Amino acid sequence: MVKRSCVFGVVGMVWVVMTLAAIAYATRLALFVAPTENTMLDVQRIFYYHVPTSMLSLLFPYVNFVSSLFYLGWCRRDPLRALTADAVAIAAAEVTVVYSSISLLTGMLWGRAAWGVWWAWDARLTSMLLLWVLYVSYLILRKLSSTGQTQTLAAVLSVFAALDVPIVYISIRLVKYGVYTQHPQPVFGGDSNSGIAPAMMHAFGWNVLGWAMWGISLLLFRYGLERRRQQSEQASALKAIEGSLEIVQ
Amino acid sequence: MNRVPRDPSARAEASHPFRKERGMDGAPSYFGCVWCHLQKDLRLEWRSRDSVVGMLFFALLVVIIFSLAFDPTAAVSRQIAGGILWVALLFASFTALNQSWTREQRNRVLDAQRMSPAPVSALFLGKALANMLFVSFIELVLAPLFIVFYNLHALGEGWMMLVIMPLGTWALVCNGTFFAAMGLRTRNRELMLPLILVPISIPALLGMMQATTAVLTGEFEPGPWIRMLAGYNIAFTTACLLLFETVLSAE
Repeated sequence: MVKRSCVFGVVGMVWVVMTLAAIAYATRLALFVAPTENTMLDVQRIFYYHVPTSMLSLLFPYVNFVSSLFYLGWCRRDPLRALTADAVAIAAAEVTVVYSSISLLTGMLWGRAAWGVWWAWDARLTSMLLLWVLYVSYLILRKLSSTGQTQTLAAVLSVFAALDVPIVYISIRLVKYGVYTQHPQPVFGGDSNSGIAPAMMHAFGWNVLGWAMWGISLLLFRYGLERRRQQSEQASALKAIEGSLEIVQ
Repeated sequence: MNRVPRDPSARAEASHPFRKERGMDGAPSYFGCVWCHLQKDLRLEWRSRDSVVGMLFFALLVVIIFSLAFDPTAAVSRQIAGGILWVALLFASFTALNQSWTREQRNRVLDAQRMSPAPVSALFLGKALANMLFVSFIELVLAPLFIVFYNLHALGEGWMMLVIMPLGTWALVCNGTFFAAMGLRTRNRELMLPLILVPISIPALLGMMQATTAVLTGEFEPGPWIRMLAGYNIAFTTACLLLFETVLSAE
């Protein structure tokens, strides 16, 4: 058991070091090496932070959903393994909130610089805000619910949130706002006018990689923290039970 | 057909008040259980009437406060009345939803329910239907008030409100009953329900408000919103029915 956690610890540290290196290189590319854009000049460089975090904030909810499903599947059959799934779920939810917060804040800064307004109620912004709100409500449920029930209730809420996300997409993007949006059209896979200069692509790719690695590092740290908390909780519960079993001589 | 048996004890069981909800083998049918739970909630509410009265007054207060906030002309009021109606119903239903589960906690009724062979989702469905009836009653009372306070007169297809109101109410009540059950043993239960319910309900709220505004202003079609609301209801009713047992036996 000790050996296994040692190996994980070493792998984890190596990953973190690689992540920091990747982020440092990506930051250098984004701020200094990538070519300056025509219309917005240096303000455009926030693109290298805003777009990767937005893309990644759409990925971690799925991690939360899948691990919640595993939790619900295992919670009766194999409770100890179910706890690992729950630890992944809470870690992924927190990383989602962090990344969507960064996406909203960087978007607001860029919007203020580019459009003159901090916020606009259009399809993409509203969807991102709703994602943020949904996962904050998940974290609030975890905080407010009573101890024995937290994991199951949170897993159920995660299923509901996963059901909600496509409906939010349909209702906001397709029905309410239609095609019109103030937010820039997709750079990748957009219409014939979209597309990115190859020199910028290099910086963008490294930033996606760097921030993805960072998200995984955060997930790993939070997972480790949650596992340790679970184990200490189990140890103290066991101690309490054994204490109550002591026969008074 | 249920034939009356010969021996006295079996006949006593056969003439039991809930006998007609049982099938041939005496086991309670699913909808029989739902009906039992519905009757129970309606009867309890009729005796105390606190939930409905509370909801009604709360909704009225919300309507009054909004009218102080906006002071609308007839044209503007058509734009905002849809939103105000559903906000008032949403806040009113919070008060009723928590209380509907408080009933189940007295006298350890939930433990008895867990020990019985009756399907657990029948309890949920019965309670959700009861809450649906209560909120629908509030809507019936509130609708004339709205028309009076805001000088409303639907420019679109008014009859569509008969479709929109039940769909929207069910969306709120179904999820609301489920999340209120989630909060049964939570500290700060009253605080948690709106915080959890509103984010999940946002697409439904958007749908009901937009559809109502479409009907009142006649400026756009309510059709897509009604379809989205129907899809939302189907998806979430299924999820609630399937996951209710997990939530109730969460420990």
